[in-house]
Amino acid sequence: MSDMTDKPGRDLSRRDFIAYLVAAPTLVAAAELSSGATPAQAAGLPTVQPVDAYDLSDLLTDAALPTSNLITVTVNSDGTASFALPRAEVGQGITTAVAQIIADQLSLTVDKVNVTLADARPELIWNQITGGSNTLHAIYKPVQGAAAAARAQLTKTAADQLGVSPSQVTLSNGQANAGNGKSIDLGALAKPAAVSQTTKVPVTANAAANANVGQPTKRIDALDIVTGKKQFAMDLTDVPDALPTMVCRPPTINATAKALKNQAQVQAMPGVSDIALIPHTKFVAGGVAVRAQTFGQCIDAIRAMDVDWGPGSVDGKSADDVKKDLIAAELPGVPTVSGITLDQRFTFHFRPGDPLETNAAVANVTADSAEVWSSLKTPVWVQEQLCTILGMSKEQVKVHVAQGGGSFGRHLFGDAAFEAASISKAMGKPVKLMWHRTDNFRQGRVHPMCTSRVRVNHLGNSVLSFEQRHTSVATDFSHGFGELLTANLATLPAANSLGYSQAIFNLSVNSPYNFGVTTQLLNEIYAYDTFNTSSVRNIYGPETRTAGELMVDQTAKAMGQDPYQFRRTYARDKRMVAVLDAVAKAGNWGRQMAPNTAQGIGVHHEYKSFGACLVEIDCTPATVNRKIQDGYSGPRVTKVVFAVDVGLPINPLGLQAQMMGGCMDGIAQALSYSLHLQDGYFLEGSWDNVGYTREWNTPPDVQVIVMDPTSDSPGGAGELGVPASMAATACAYARATGTLPTEFPINHNDPLWFDPVPTTPPIPASPVTAS
Amino acid sequence: MPSYSFILNGKKVSVDCDPNVHLLWVVRDLLGVHGPKYGCGLEVCKACTSHINGEAKQLCGILVSDLKPTDQVVTIEGLADTVKQPLHPMQQAWLDNDVAQCGYCQPGQIMAAVDLVNKAHAAGRDVSDADLDSLRNVCRCGTYPRIRQAIKAGAAAMK
Repeated sequence: MSDMTDKPGRDLSRRDFIAYLVAAPTLVAAAELSSGATPAQAAGLPTVQPVDAYDLSDLLTDAALPTSNLITVTVNSDGTASFALPRAEVGQGITTAVAQIIADQLSLTVDKVNVTLADARPELIWNQITGGSNTLHAIYKPVQGAAAAARAQLTKTAADQLGVSPSQVTLSNGQANAGNGKSIDLGALAKPAAVSQTTKVPVTANAAANANVGQPTKRIDALDIVTGKKQFAMDLTDVPDALPTMVCRPPTINATAKALKNQAQVQAMPGVSDIALIPHTKFVAGGVAVRAQTFGQCIDAIRAMDVDWGPGSVDGKSADDVKKDLIAAELPGVPTVSGITLDQRFTFHFRPGDPLETNAAVANVTADSAEVWSSLKTPVWVQEQLCTILGMSKEQVKVHVAQGGGSFGRHLFGDAAFEAASISKAMGKPVKLMWHRTDNFRQGRVHPMCTSRVRVNHLGNSVLSFEQRHTSVATDFSHGFGELLTANLATLPAANSLGYSQAIFNLSVNSPYNFGVTTQLLNEIYAYDTFNTSSVRNIYGPETRTAGELMVDQTAKAMGQDPYQFRRTYARDKRMVAVLDAVAKAGNWGRQMAPNTAQGIGVHHEYKSFGACLVEIDCTPATVNRKIQDGYSGPRVTKVVFAVDVGLPINPLGLQAQMMGGCMDGIAQALSYSLHLQDGYFLEGSWDNVGYTREWNTPPDVQVIVMDPTSDSPGGAGELGVPASMAATACAYARATGTLPTEFPINHNDPLWFDPVPTTPPIPASPVTAS
Repeated sequence: MPSYSFILNGKKVSVDCDPNVHLLWVVRDLLGVHGPKYGCGLEVCKACTSHINGEAKQLCGILVSDLKPTDQVVTIEGLADTVKQPLHPMQQAWLDNDVAQCGYCQPGQIMAAVDLVNKAHAAGRDVSDADLDSLRNVCRCGTYPRIRQAIKAGAAAMK
């Protein structure tokens, strides 16, 4: 960890950096940081957890520090600035936030800043990982420093050209002004300000320059999106011969294709150009790949394939079997000394990690080179693995990061990139690989099924202990994130030989209450690759908080207290009290509600940020029994009020969007979003089956309150909205129905509302409707 | 191989292909128009929603051989031209409400929204909450609340 930390309360108007001016045709500035993560102050309260001193955000930020100086801002001759962001944009709005930071330092408008996604840069090692809602926490200061260095050099150059001293020069609206009526365009300064030899310069960022930072700012790619111009991996035309390619996948999870029995017949189908058997490996899902003129012809070919399949990794297993294994592996609790114990186990079923864009990649592998395009959050790790898969050196393998149509944990891995490269190599031709949606649900990565048992011990007016025993199907951390942990764990306080999952659990899970003796422990079952798993918009937060908050309500009830007042009384942090108060006030907590409807409240603290959520739910029979053709209706959340404190909000508008999206996830995860494991496969094959939030279950009234800054550093936001909203929805459901839900989503054990599509052929026929 | 023609975003196009190819792939893979997205190929997620003769349809469910040479196919790329403006009022409403996150579903959302409003207005009424509830387009980023706001604003501008 760095010894020079920015603590809240320090002078916020100035920030000192060491930066570089980099030799280049136009002005290029790079920042090197000497200040890193800000360890939270120990609360000095009865319950202090490891997370308080050092959390996942700190780890990710510290891991990024050694190479942060390679972040560069370029000023172009047309008066724009460019920045290649070493992160993946998957909808979270980080490109917009970065443009705001740069625009402020250069006194430009946001539309003059071009933010692209950097190719894999092996020299960045761990500074190219997008995960843990960490991007802004890690790169805010480096980006600000590089842009500040560019500003200083532009000012100096303008002063030379205008014949005044640098102190007389001000930048505004893309111009440098001398104060004597003379001015010069920044674009005209881009070349004169360039240096021929890379030099180190001290700079001071002006944190008061905040025309954009902290202001609601619309997405920089919004126009491209609404006009259809934004390009995702499947829209790329960089390799003209990269023909549509899909894979015929097995009837059970992780089975291997042994033979295609009717190859000649399939090869003769319209549009089909190539077929290749792709074995299942630790990198590649595999099956029988087909390359054709159109994706439609790939689908038709897959449906015609007669494939001999080997066994899968969980053949015959169903959700009940996994639940038994989870319960058997649950770690014991602490013996109770005195008081009244509330003890409850909650079960959380598998749920999809599907973004709307299915797994996709373009790959062009030749005898001595490979080039791959995909949405990748760990491109450096992906490049390393591709070298292994293809038997090539890093110089031979080029990895491009495409804009992602969502991620939800999928793009922490390189599943599509590895498979596309393997297929391209096998066929000797470039391919554009796309997973079918049905495969994406059935063979793609999922949030692991888990149980969370909570025991609360209370006596009189005191809560004596809070114990949580979380037991989960193993989460796959074999991507670069895991590598980062092993390399950096030695520097962690209280480092020990914990596995990846244990480390992430200990760094992220917490109980935000003063409940006396507090222990939260994780145990896992199965090998990391038995099921295909990943974190899905949060790793342990939604489940641990939902179980925790339901038991907070139970405890409050047992102690005769109001759920909101009870949380307020036991809150460990005044920032949490503030977000709780904000939603209670705006949401009119405690108002009279009609029968079968209720309010619920939940909180979450993670990624240096705090969130509180108040929901109102309608569980009246008329609503629950709404008929939705081919869809699930059920209870409806009618109102959401969410308050968010991220320390320093860069873009309040983007932050509100992230919280709204998090709430849509939280509602679905509490009520209806899951996969049913049966006989070694998931029954769900379409969006109508999985029960993710749709318009008919969208709350008509959603309000997000962005709290005023409480820090000089932005915390995480991408995943923050999910746990509090999921917990609040579950609590509201319990209060509206008078029953404590213990299986999630709450509809999981209801009779299925859909007929599962067959597993052979693995994908359904394309529908035919009259035009 | 048979040839099929239709009008795509105001221009006559012809394409040589097998009759069993769905319009989504003809438009995306053969004609290089990428606004309509693949999200399921099952007429469920609605990410490929475009207009055929002014009505919202899923291109993943229509065979190229079912089109007549006079059929008008409008994708998100051609929507603004239908009102002879740089942007359709619904696209502008999407910008004003900063609806998008990743943006993958939004072309389909906008095309579905325009159709929804057109049908309500043709029936002589405003778009209702029940109308909004009837939209089936999936947005995995969860932009639904802003979609509802934008459609109401877009509908007002479309009157």
